[in-house]
Amino acid sequence: MDVAIIRFPGSNCDRDVHHALEIAGANPDYVWWNQRDLSSFDAVVIPGGFSYGDYLRAGAIAAITPVIEGIKETVKEKKPVLGICNGAQILAEIGLVPGVFTNNSNAKFICKWTDLRVKTTRTPFTSMYDKNEIIKMPIAHAEGRYYDDEIEKLQDQDQIVLAFADENPNGSLEAVTGVCDEEGLVCAVMPHPERASENILGSDDGLKFFKGIVNY
Amino acid sequence: MKYNAEVKISLKKGMLNPEAATIERALALLKYNVKNTDTIQIIKFSLEGENAEVVRREIDEMCQRLLCNPVIHNYEIGISLED
Repeated sequence: MDVAIIRFPGSNCDRDVHHALEIAGANPDYVWWNQRDLSSFDAVVIPGGFSYGDYLRAGAIAAITPVIEGIKETVKEKKPVLGICNGAQILAEIGLVPGVFTNNSNAKFICKWTDLRVKTTRTPFTSMYDKNEIIKMPIAHAEGRYYDDEIEKLQDQDQIVLAFADENPNGSLEAVTGVCDEEGLVCAVMPHPERASENILGSDDGLKFFKGIVNY
Repeated sequence: MKYNAEVKISLKKGMLNPEAATIERALALLKYNVKNTDTIQIIKFSLEGENAEVVRREIDEMCQRLLCNPVIHNYEIGISLED
C-alpha cells in the first residue's frame, strides 16, 4: 500500500504521519505541493501544520495548488484520502468534504487530549473501530470549529465521522470534528490520529486510522 | 484602464465571530459598553481591465475561488478608476 503524504510549505506533521503509516504496515512517501500526478499511489494523507502560514484562512491557499488536481483524481479513482487538522481544513476548502472548520469559539489555540466518539465505521479509516466507540486523540488547532448549513443532511447520510464525546472544546456544531464525503472515502478529521499511534505517546487509539488504509 | 479594488469580507449574519466577541469583552474591561461588535477583512489591490464591469466580474471570480469561503462569508466589491 503506497501512501502519498502531501507536503506544503508549513506542513509540520508530515514525519509523524510517515512514522504512524510505517507502524501500520504501509509504504509512505512524501509528495511536494507542486506534483500534479499521484496515480502511482494507493491512498493520500494530507498532514497537519500551518500551510502558507494560515494566511487568508487555514487551508485556503493550499487548496489552489497543483497537487489538489492529483488529489481530485485520486478521489475519482475511489482511493482513500485522509486530511488531518490542516489537511482537514484544506479538504473543506476544496469542497471535497462539506462544511468548514473555522475559528474556535473561544478565539484560542487549543492543544489537548480529547475523548471522541466514532460516529461511523463505513470509511476505510474508521472501519476497524466499533460504531460509537470512545477513543482518545489530541487536538491542536485555532481554526477547528466545524460549521455546515446542512448538518441534518450529513447526519442522515452518515457523513459524520467523529464527534467530541463529552466536552466540546472549540464550539463545533453538534460537536462534530470529523466528516466524510458521500462515498465515505474522503475523510477530514481535526484530531490527530498520528499523535495517538503508540502507547508511549499516551494512546494508540489513532493507529487504526492508518491500519484501516492498509486493510482497504 | 487601471482600477483600484477593495474587497470587504464579512461573516454571514448569525455566524459566531470570536474575534469580535473578544474585542467587545476587552472594551468592557475598559468600561466601554458597546454592542454588535463586528470585524471585517478588507483586501485591496490594483489591476488593469477593459472596463468596470469586466473588472468587477474578474474580482467576483477571485472571491469565489480564493478570497472568500461561500459557506460562511459575504463580500462586497468596491472599484474606482486610479487617478
